[in-house]
Parts: sequence; C-alpha cells; structure tokens
Amino acid sequence: MSQGNATDYRAMWADLGLDLAKHDALLAALGQMYQDVYLSQADRPESMRYFDFVMSEVHGLRVKELLDAQAAGRRVVGTFCVFVPEELVLAVDGIAVGLCAGAEFGTEAAERYLPRNTCALIKSFFGFTLEKVCPYTAACDLVVGENTCDGKKKSYEHFGGMVKRFYLMDMPQMKSTAGRALLTGEYRRFASELEELSGREVTVEGLRRGIKTINAKRAAIRRLNQLRAADPTPISGRDALLIQQVSFYDDPVRFTGSVNAVCDELERRIAARQGTAPAGRPRILISGCPMAVPNWKLPPIVEAAGAVIVGEESCIGMRGLRNEVSTEGDTVAGLIENLVDRYFRIDCATFTPNPERIGHIREMAEELGADGVIHYALQFCSPYQIESVKVEEQVERGGVPVLRIDTDYGSEDVEQLRTRVEAFVERIAR
Amino acid sequence: MSRSAGIDIGSRTVKLAVLAGGKVERAVVRDATHDSMAVCRELLETVVADRIVATGYGRHLFSRHLPCEVITEIRAVALGARFLRPACRAVLDVGGQDTKAVAIDSDGSVRKFEMNDRCAAGTGRFLEVMAVALGYTMEEFVAAASGAPSTRKLNSMCTVFAESEVISAVARGVPRDELAFAIHRAIADRSAAMLRRVPLADEVVFCGGGAKNDCLRELVAAAIGRPLHRAADPQVVAAVGCALHALNGA
Repeated sequence: MSQGNATDYRAMWADLGLDLAKHDALLAALGQMYQDVYLSQADRPESMRYFDFVMSEVHGLRVKELLDAQAAGRRVVGTFCVFVPEELVLAVDGIAVGLCAGAEFGTEAAERYLPRNTCALIKSFFGFTLEKVCPYTAACDLVVGENTCDGKKKSYEHFGGMVKRFYLMDMPQMKSTAGRALLTGEYRRFASELEELSGREVTVEGLRRGIKTINAKRAAIRRLNQLRAADPTPISGRDALLIQQVSFYDDPVRFTGSVNAVCDELERRIAARQGTAPAGRPRILISGCPMAVPNWKLPPIVEAAGAVIVGEESCIGMRGLRNEVSTEGDTVAGLIENLVDRYFRIDCATFTPNPERIGHIREMAEELGADGVIHYALQFCSPYQIESVKVEEQVERGGVPVLRIDTDYGSEDVEQLRTRVEAFVERIAR
Repeated sequence: MSRSAGIDIGSRTVKLAVLAGGKVERAVVRDATHDSMAVCRELLETVVADRIVATGYGRHLFSRHLPCEVITEIRAVALGARFLRPACRAVLDVGGQDTKAVAIDSDGSVRKFEMNDRCAAGTGRFLEVMAVALGYTMEEFVAAASGAPSTRKLNSMCTVFAESEVISAVARGVPRDELAFAIHRAIADRSAAMLRRVPLADEVVFCGGGAKNDCLRELVAAAIGRPLHRAADPQVVAAVGCALHALNGA
C-alpha cells in the first residue's frame, strides 16, 4: 500500500524473495481498497493520520524496521492467534507480528493443499505465502502455529514446511484442570523455544517488562473501545477496527502512544458532541470470527446502512483485550502462571463448552447499549458457525436481536449482505 | 388524492405497483434484462405519483438515478403482504436470487427474518437451472413434478452439485418427472426450514415468483404443517409494500 511513497522498497522485497509483479498487484488493490473504505470517510479524527501512515507503510517501513532489528540481533516471531503470548516474545527482546490473513489472494495455489471447504482465513495465509507476497511471513525467524481449530492444526502440517522455522503450540480444548496444566506446560515450552531462538534467557525482569508493555497496549485499546461507544460516536467503527488490526504488527510502545493520542482526541470530540454519525443511530455489536487486516468487508456495509458499530466481540476486539496479566511474582514460573491466569480465560469457540463467550456477548451488548448483535462467521469455520446457533438463541432470549452472517473474503455476496444488514437495521431501529 | 408508487428492481424482474385510494391501481412485472434502469425508466414514463419508494437489488442504483427513499425487500414484502392479507403474520418470498422468510409483529413491523446466504440454492434461479437441465419449460417442469410419484429425494442443494446429481440420475435412467419432484421437494424443505426459524402465527403468505408454483406451495405447506396462502399477483407484493410505505411516509 506504499503508493505515492518516495522510498523504494523493491530491493528489500526482492531480497525477501517476494514475487514483485504479484506484490505490485496486491499493493495496488489494497491501496484502492484503503482509499475507498478509509480515506473517503468524512470528519475522521485527526490522529487517525498515524494509522493511515502505518497502513501506507505496512509492507514498507515497518518491514524495514523488522529487518533492521534482525540485523541488530533481535528475532521476529510471527503468530496467528491471541493465545500466543506476546509477553514471552518481548521477554527475549523479540518482536511479535500477527500474520494477517484477511484478504483473498492465491486461493488457487492454496487449494493445491487445502480442500475448498476450508475457511478463508486459512486459505489466505497459504495463498499469501505460496504466491510470495507477504513480507512479514518471509521476514519471520519463527512462525508459531497453534492447535486451535481442526482447519488450522491440520493445515499447519503443510504450512510448517513453507516457512523458515515453524513451531507448533498445543492447545487445550476444555477449561479443566488438565486443560490449564496443558497450557502452562505449553507456555513454558514456548519460553524455552524462544530462549533457544534468541540466545537470550527469559528473566523475571524481561518478562515483567513484556507484561507491562502488553498490559499498557491492551489498556489503551480498551480505553478506545470505551470511548467509541459514546453517542454520537466520535470515531467510525471501521477506524476503531483498523486500530485494533494494526495492534498486531506495529511496535507495541509506539502503538500504545498513538492509540492514547486518538483517545485524547476522542475525549475532546465527545465533550464537543462531535460525532462521525448523528446521535441516536441504531447501535450494533459485531461478534464472532476475527476480521484480520485487510478484511473490511462488513463494517462499511453496516455503517452505510445507517448503524454505528459499538464494539467487536472477537479476537481482534474484546476477546483479545480482556483482563490484565499480573506483574506480581519473583520467579519466571510465577509470571508464566500469571500469563496462564489471563490467557486461559479467553473465550475462544475452539473450547467446549464455551458458555463464558455468550455471557460476554450479553454483557457487552448491555454495557455498550447495543440494539442488535451481528454474528459474523467465516464460512467453514465450524467452531463459530456451530456456536452461533446458541448465541442467537440466548442473546435473543435476553431481548437483543441477532443477525447471523456466514461469509468469506469474496465480494460476490456483498449485495446480499447489504440487504440482510439493512433489513436488520430496519428491524432494530424502531 | 395522493397516489404513490413502489418499484422492486429484482435480479430477474422489475415490478411496479401504483397505489391510489387505498387500492392497487396498477401492477406490472417486466424482465430486468441487462439494463434494469432502462426498464425502470420505461415503466415510470406513464406513472404519475406523488412519491416513490424503491426496493430490490437495484434499489441503491435506482435511487442514484431518481432520488427516493429505499427500503429492503424484507420490509417491503412484510408491508405488502399485510396490506393484501391483513391476517398475515409470516411471509415466504421465493425470488430469483433470494429466498426469505419473514415473521411480522401484530403492528406490522418485521420481527425476525431469515435469508439464504451467498449461494442461489433454494431460490427461483435454482428451479430455472434445474428445469433446463431436465429439458423442461417452467410450466412443464411444475406439471411433471405435480404428477410424479413422491418418493425420490435429492441429496445436494448446491446448484452446481445438484445439477451434476440430476445429470447422473438421468444417465442412470431415472424418469425425469421423479427428478422434477425431487427438486421441488428439496427447495420446499429448505424454504420450510427457513420458515421454521422465524415464529409462525396466523396466516403464512407465499409471494415472489416462486409462489406461482403450486407444487412448491403444496410441498412447503405440508412441510410446515399449516396452510400457505398464495398472495394475489405474488410477484408484486414487495412493490405494493413500497407504494404503501411511500403513502404512509408522505
């Protein structure tokens, strides 16, 4: 997306082994999409400029920063899931980047390995890697997979061989004592892997510093999510989503400062009752699968229908932000237990049963004053699609209407989605 | 006296309804062709109305040509069906590209709705594709299904897979009227499943192009275990709903 940028990163991309022609095509498409979805918005907060800049340099300056850090001896670790603790990566002075997987690219190449009925997210990270258009995956010293859903854990058997170094983290499926013990063991094993990768030891000081950094990052995004829920909303839902998407690959300290700057501006806008939409618009909570960058398919449809998006109950959203990790403790093992205390509470649909999630949706709907919930699932994502039936039943029983959507990254169904979302907004607007 | 118009620009057809003095004064259905806006222009040439409201896939495009309020097909069929049959509390609309089930509150507002997702399985388009695969016109297709023994079932509901299944069955020598029935039943079952997910009460009204198909209507009625009332002139129900909305909003 580095259109119109003076710096030429082509040599860097070539060194990373990218297919420059395909990469050009990707950047052109993303640049256009960013223009249409983001830059065309009226009355955005000024401080969103930082995020526009980050996005314009997403395959440029940020990648260069990673390579410079590598040259200085730091290690870059790519992850796909909010269960992989960034705190541990920071503890060995590493850099964690969330590998995005939010666009349709290289589907045909991906389908050489994956059946058609695999979700768009998995196909996306295969497609980006196989077509050689993702500088992040190419730059990673280590890519971490995790046994969450069946689609991911089986596809990693292929994917592991496509990257420089691959590490697989096992995951519990139940919130039991044994499940917790499994996660604790896996976090310890991951710490050892990181020590081996970096040649640095995970120390109490290093881990505590990592915990503080990530706690501050999550706190800043939670602050953003609280402020955006004001009526009139001081920031569009798509911008709030973008900030949360950027949190996965930006430098955490710089990012936290930038989010807090947005929050300061939002407080001024709220005080001045300055909204991106008039007050009193129907309020929608989006719940379900993560929308990885650059998946901006649903929010513009919701906002064009005249509703405001008051929150995301999603991995890129409150599922990835709830609860702080305690910094108390004077041993590494103790601090790892603190990580487990937080992470084991994540209400991912790969757990069974998973009643906490429905409780959280109802709580969020209540706190944010949502008039309706849109359950967003990727087609072929069994955990979220199956859970959506219970979500609909139980959230509607609590008096909040639910619209269930199953979709993917393609654009063929945009008009059908528009009809359904508009009809849902008509339904909740009375 | 005020006169209002509603236009429903669907994937296959454009429908126009004009409402005056509490009655449907005019109702027209035209093929959408490749240029639905030209069809709309032609239809509207002879219409004098104080207000117009649009719905259907082309609603936003239409409102850019002729600034007007737009509502969704879901709200439009709910309004139209209630106007045409006041006891109506649920609607099944089988259109060209979409099938919708809508439950309506006692005050006429949409209570809940279901709509097929991205694929055209279970819609009018699916029936058309299947009729062609069997070498029938639509009328022959419905007649064959109505007269066929009611035993055969279709496994696949994907338009593409179902077509392969039908072709395989033809190759095995399965009589095509039995297949015609199986296809109707598959769509009826899918529509009924959608209807069951919204609360059903009082009259359930059937509209959209699919409602002209009596075999489909009977099968859906049997599947939901209650009568399914065919709306008079079922294709224009959403257009009537728009005209009604235009009148009330004026």
